[in-house]
Amino acid sequence: MSRLTIGFGSGALGRVVRSGVGRRRVQTVVIAVAVMMAVASAVVAGSLMVATNAPFDHAFAKQHGAHITAQFDPAKASTAQLKDTGQLDGVTASAGPFPSTTIHPTGPGGGHFPALTLVGRSDPHGGVDDLDLKSGRWAAKPGEIVVSASFAGPDIKPGFTMQTSDAVDSPPLTVVGLAVSASKTADAWATPGQVRALASEDGPVTSQMLYRFDSAGTKEQITGNRKKLAAAVPAEALLGTESWLDTKRAADQGAAPTIPFLIAFGVLGIVMSVIIVGSVVSGAVGTSLRRIGILKAIGFTPREVVRAYVAQALIPAGVGIALGVVLGNLLAVPLLEDTEQVYGSASLTVAWWVDVLVPAVALLVVGIAALVPALRAGRLRTVEAIAVGRAPRTGRGQWAHRAAGRLPLPRSVTYGLASPFAHPVRTTAMLLAVAFGTVAATFAVGLTSSLNAVGKAQDPEDRAAVTAISGVPGDEGGGPRRVEVGQSPPSTDPAKVRAAIEAQPGTASYYGMFQADVTVAGISGSVEATFYQGDSRPGSYEMISGHWITGAGQVVVPTAFLERTGTKIGDTVRVTLGKDTQTLRIVGEAFDGSNDGLSVRADIASFAAAQPQVFQIEVEPGVSPAEYAQKLAAVVKPLGGDVMVNSPSEQENMILILNAMAVLLTLMLVSVAGLGVLNSVVLDTRERVHDLGVCKALGMSPRQTVSLVLASVAGIGVLGGLVGVPVGFALHGFVLPVMGHAAGTDLPPSVLEVYETPQLVLLGLAGIAIALLGALLPAGWAARTRTATALRTE
Amino acid sequence: MTQVIQLDGVAKRYDSADAPALGPLDLSVAQGEALAVTGPSGSGKSTLLNLVAGLDKPTEGAVTVAGRRIDQLSEHALARFRRERIGMVFQFFNLLDDLTVADNIQLPAQLTGTARRKAATRAGELMEVLGIQKHARAYPGRLSGGERQRVAVARALVNRPALLLADEPTGALDTASGQDVRELLVDLHRGGQTIVLVTHDLALAEACASRTIHLVDGHLALDAHAEAVR
Repeated sequence: MSRLTIGFGSGALGRVVRSGVGRRRVQTVVIAVAVMMAVASAVVAGSLMVATNAPFDHAFAKQHGAHITAQFDPAKASTAQLKDTGQLDGVTASAGPFPSTTIHPTGPGGGHFPALTLVGRSDPHGGVDDLDLKSGRWAAKPGEIVVSASFAGPDIKPGFTMQTSDAVDSPPLTVVGLAVSASKTADAWATPGQVRALASEDGPVTSQMLYRFDSAGTKEQITGNRKKLAAAVPAEALLGTESWLDTKRAADQGAAPTIPFLIAFGVLGIVMSVIIVGSVVSGAVGTSLRRIGILKAIGFTPREVVRAYVAQALIPAGVGIALGVVLGNLLAVPLLEDTEQVYGSASLTVAWWVDVLVPAVALLVVGIAALVPALRAGRLRTVEAIAVGRAPRTGRGQWAHRAAGRLPLPRSVTYGLASPFAHPVRTTAMLLAVAFGTVAATFAVGLTSSLNAVGKAQDPEDRAAVTAISGVPGDEGGGPRRVEVGQSPPSTDPAKVRAAIEAQPGTASYYGMFQADVTVAGISGSVEATFYQGDSRPGSYEMISGHWITGAGQVVVPTAFLERTGTKIGDTVRVTLGKDTQTLRIVGEAFDGSNDGLSVRADIASFAAAQPQVFQIEVEPGVSPAEYAQKLAAVVKPLGGDVMVNSPSEQENMILILNAMAVLLTLMLVSVAGLGVLNSVVLDTRERVHDLGVCKALGMSPRQTVSLVLASVAGIGVLGGLVGVPVGFALHGFVLPVMGHAAGTDLPPSVLEVYETPQLVLLGLAGIAIALLGALLPAGWAARTRTATALRTE
Repeated sequence: MTQVIQLDGVAKRYDSADAPALGPLDLSVAQGEALAVTGPSGSGKSTLLNLVAGLDKPTEGAVTVAGRRIDQLSEHALARFRRERIGMVFQFFNLLDDLTVADNIQLPAQLTGTARRKAATRAGELMEVLGIQKHARAYPGRLSGGERQRVAVARALVNRPALLLADEPTGALDTASGQDVRELLVDLHRGGQTIVLVTHDLALAEACASRTIHLVDGHLALDAHAEAVR
């Protein structure tokens, strides 16, 4: 007896565990793969959720961001004086002075880039604003420039060359690297010598100093620190400062819309991972009851049985967890890079504790999922365990077979349809997997449609084929130059430009625009205003409520404006342009997130002094915009104006990134759902291989066998689709407005109501597709299994 | 006389290095004949049955059943052939526990596409003949061994097969039930049903079969008609 006991020590247990793992290779592989995908999803989802948690603060802390970025006049404050400011009371670190200037670069095609703040730094690193060089290298010699990664795109990457201005003899600058500054201290960097060389009358050199303070958490503390700096240098030497609080607010506002989206996918991924891991492992142990009975019959104690089966589940699951962590990290990298671009933040990496917590939780779930059926098996009487393992439990699902047998469908199909009712727990897990997959697919389809609708709704004025400017080109790529309050509009006579447009053959329609900063009663500071002349409907914004302007005295405003001023449609606001104050009635709430939602759009006739600066022109069908622009330019340029062709507007980087993330995350979740189904069907098929053998012996053809197995999941697919589509629909309906609110706007119907009935039907079919794809492999295996072998299987 | 089974030089090896599990073997079974296959464990009885049923393919030789060369058929064609031409009865019944007795019996008919009502009528006839009509709506788990084997026989006969294969049909039954099944097989043979019966039970072979072959190590050791066996 003692020999027997010794024989059942760790060696015997180890052999049982190893043989159990090796014997059921398909199931072992499926467990490992399903757990791997679930853990990978959880790592990705967890990383994204961590990334959504104060991304600016993390990046700012990592880079030792500047609490105050100050510009000094080098003519009034010497380098030594500026360096001395770093010793001021409360300053914990400083960097600089760095020469700084503003350039107005142009691209290879002559297009204007936004004005860039160029700072001369010989090194990206330092005690303050330790830049994150995303790609390429640092500028080392004249003619080289490093630009902010926020400009990165298909064209702007290392190797791209731009001219420093639109002057014919302007020197070229080659982009050699892309960098991120959490503090947004500059748009581009070059060598200090290069910056000084590029300085001009329009963009003189200033000295940039970067400071960190021991107290800079509030606006008052920033103001106090700024006063200290001003007092430490000669009068009027401090030209301006920028607070990190303003940068943080802008960054947080930019990141805010993505947070509900990432959290939705994160929660979906984690919940689904737990369900899949739990069902996979508990199913695997639950189907081993007969073997457990045999082990008990030869003398294994219940505790040894439990240990053996928990270990047997932990081996493939452990491999899956390890691989899942690696895969999750690999998959998280591109997604976090996308998130970085959206947030404009520095290197986001998978948090170390995600890599620890996810495997730990996965192991716990695996352990519990294995322990419950193993304990049950351990408690079963030996005879019972063998009996349970050999014959299906009678009673379960027999009613379903009776009911399905009455359906006017082939017998193999009706037999399969009734099968899931024999294993309600396994079927529920499979149903949840399919439903979650369908939720993810439905949500992702709605989200991408909504994001595309947002993209289409943005910058409606860019829809025009040709833009004519009645004045010098603005500093924002040819767009209209904004007129400061009290400043005179351009000298070119807009009436002459308008006459030229009307006279130009090929003109289909046009409208004039005038942008200026105005003041609005109830809002401190200036508000961006756009005034329209003519039929501006082609350039109108999507309306959340109300209607677009139809005449003088009307104004259309975004949601944030209404919230800020406490007004609603039908109310009036007092708008002052220069010295002209008019009372305008709010007729519509526009979907317009520009300028932090503080903008007004009105008819140009509302203000007598307003004259159009820009004309947006539609050309007649068949007319080439380029040729039209060329001919119109021949008339307009001598007047002092300019004409340009509008390239088709591209979607915003953030929309493209969110779309890509949605697709990738959905594919992952759908894969996990499919693997969950695959595992359940593998278990089911193994368990029923003998019954399938009987059916085949009775003449069930391979095709009928496949249809039987597929039918066994089809009902689950249909039900998963029926549950998943409405939940995904509801999730979209909940998350989108939250995203909108985070961005400071309500959303128009075109963004919210994106689902069409046929699309929803197709998404419902996605549930069936997930289920059928997951079952295809075991169905083929069942069809190929030799009947004689299957009949011998117990 | 029409041959229902014709084996020509049939051999089956499970491992190319080993001696064949069966054959080479030449064998023919005429229509209406009841052939008992006997022999010790490992003699090749089940292998022979599997080859005739089209559940397995020979390594060598040709297997012709009901006029068709089945060793060359695809899996799909074999399945069709099996459900139309062959009925099988197993030692452990192999009934589907989640289907009622009636549903079990109807299953092969439904697999051939027979209309549900027609299949039900045929199953009803068989249940009446075999005395199990009162169990039509019961599940196999509630029946005795003998009753289950009757259900299995009914299922095997539902498509009026040219050939009934029975693999140790009384092997899992008590004496009374075994006797019951034995009488059933005798009746079937008297009715003209061609039967191949694999059994260890010489008494069963003697009672049911018009001819007995005895296999030893995969080879035919004895081929005798009933009179000779007696």
